[in-house]
Amino acid sequence: MEYTPPPFFKRGPSLLARLGFFALLSLFLLYADARFHYMEAMRKVIAIVLYPLQELADTPAEAASRIGNFFVSQSYLQRENDRLSHENFLHAGQLQSQQALIAENLHLRQLLEMQERAEQTSTAAEILYVGRDPFTRKVIIDKGSSQGIEEGAAVVDDTGLIGQVTRTFPWTSEISLISDREQVVPVQVVRNGLRAAVFGIGYDGALDLRFMPVNTDVENGDVLVTSGIDGVYPPGLPVAIVSNIERNAAYPFAKITCTPAAGANRNRQVLVMSRLAPLPDYPVSPDAKKGKARKARKSG
Amino acid sequence: MMRSPMFGRLSGSEEILLPVKPLYIAITLLVAMMINLLPLTGWVLALRPDFVALVLLYWGIYQPRKIGFLPAFLLGLAMDVADGSLFGQHALAYSVMMFAAIALHRRVSMFDMRHQILHVLPILLIMQLIVLGVRQAAGGQFPGWWYFLSSIVGALLWPATDLLLKIPLRRRTDPDEA
Repeated sequence: MEYTPPPFFKRGPSLLARLGFFALLSLFLLYADARFHYMEAMRKVIAIVLYPLQELADTPAEAASRIGNFFVSQSYLQRENDRLSHENFLHAGQLQSQQALIAENLHLRQLLEMQERAEQTSTAAEILYVGRDPFTRKVIIDKGSSQGIEEGAAVVDDTGLIGQVTRTFPWTSEISLISDREQVVPVQVVRNGLRAAVFGIGYDGALDLRFMPVNTDVENGDVLVTSGIDGVYPPGLPVAIVSNIERNAAYPFAKITCTPAAGANRNRQVLVMSRLAPLPDYPVSPDAKKGKARKARKSG
Repeated sequence: MMRSPMFGRLSGSEEILLPVKPLYIAITLLVAMMINLLPLTGWVLALRPDFVALVLLYWGIYQPRKIGFLPAFLLGLAMDVADGSLFGQHALAYSVMMFAAIALHRRVSMFDMRHQILHVLPILLIMQLIVLGVRQAAGGQFPGWWYFLSSIVGALLWPATDLLLKIPLRRRTDPDEA
C-alpha cells in the first residue's frame, strides 16, 4: 500500500515525511489564527489573488438575474410601480414630519448642551455570496477597505440589522450575521425600554434573548432594537421580534426566542453604516487618576 | 519523468490517453475553485460537493507524480480565505487527502468506477471529519448530519469527474482507423 520508490530512484523525502511537514505547518497556522489572529495580513494577500475568480464565479448568477429582469411582465411592473408610488406618498408625509422633528431635536439638544450625535454615513453594497463554512454564519459583500468599509461597522438591509463587518479585504469584506454563534447584539425592548442582549444560535431564523429573569416584562411580538450603548451599533435599528417565551421557574432565566427582523437570505442589497464616533473614555476613579498623574510627573 | 499512461491503469477496457500537462492540471483546479466560489445558498449549498477536493483527489490518484502536497496545501489556504473559516483547516484536510490519494493510487486505479466510488467516499469523509474536528476543537458546534451529504454527492460525482477531466486527453484521430 505504501508508496516507496527504490533507493536509486530517490524522489525527495518520503510520503509520510511530506505529510508530516504539511500537517504540522497547517496545525501551526490554525493555532496562530485561532489563538492570536496573526494571519490577517496573509489572508488579505490571498483574498486579492482570489478576487478575480470570485468575480468570475459571480458572473453567471448576475447574468441570469439580468435576463430575468428583462422578462418581467408589464403587469408586474405596473403593480410594483403603484405600490412604490403609494409608499413614496406615505414616506413623504413621514419625512416632512421627521424634518420638523430633526430640527426640534437639534434645538433641544443644543439647549441641553448635549453632544450632537454624529450623522451616519453609509455605503450601499451587494452580497457576493453566502459564506460556505457550515460552522459560521457569514456573507461576503462586494465593498472592501478601499471603499472605506471599516471593521466593526454595522450592516443593515431595508428592514433591520443584518450583522457586523468582521474582516475587510481590499475589495471585499466579510460580515458576521447576527445569527452567528459568536455575535451578540445589545438591544432594547421598544415597548418598555428594557435593555438586554440578543445572542445568535448558529442557524438562520432564530435568535436567543438570554439572561432575562423568569418574571421579566417581555411579551410575544415585542420589537427589539439596538440600544446603542455599546458604541458599535447605532441606536434604534430593528433587530428582532420576540416569537416564543418559555417561563419555567425551575431555571433562573426565561428562554426567549426571537425572529430576526432582517434576513440576509431575502435580498442582495445591504447598507454598511459608518463606525460611530468613539465613546468618551470610561470614567476613572479619582484615586486611580491621582496615581497616573504622579507617574506621569515622575517620568516627565 | 515521462510516464506512459498505459501503465497507469490495468483495468479492462483501457484507452490510451495523451500525457497530462501540468498546465492542464492547474486549469482544472482553477475551474474547480471557481465552481466552489459560485454564489449558492440553501440546500444547494448543503449538497454541493467540494469540487477542489474532488479534482485534487482525481489528480492525486491518476497523476501522483505531477501533483503533490504543495498545490493541495495552497488551495486549502485559498479555500479557507474564501470561506472565512479558520486559516489552515482546509490546508490540513487537503494535505491528508493528498496523502491518502498518493498512498492508494495503485490500488484505486485497478478497480472499475463503481468500486472506485467506494474508495473515494471514505477519503472524502475523512477530509470532512478533519475539518469538523478542527472546528470542534476551536469551539464550533456540530452543524448537523447533512454536513456529510457533501462527501456522498462528491463520491457519486466521481465517474462524471473522470469522464469530464479525460475529454481533453483523448486522442483526436485514431491512426489505426484512418
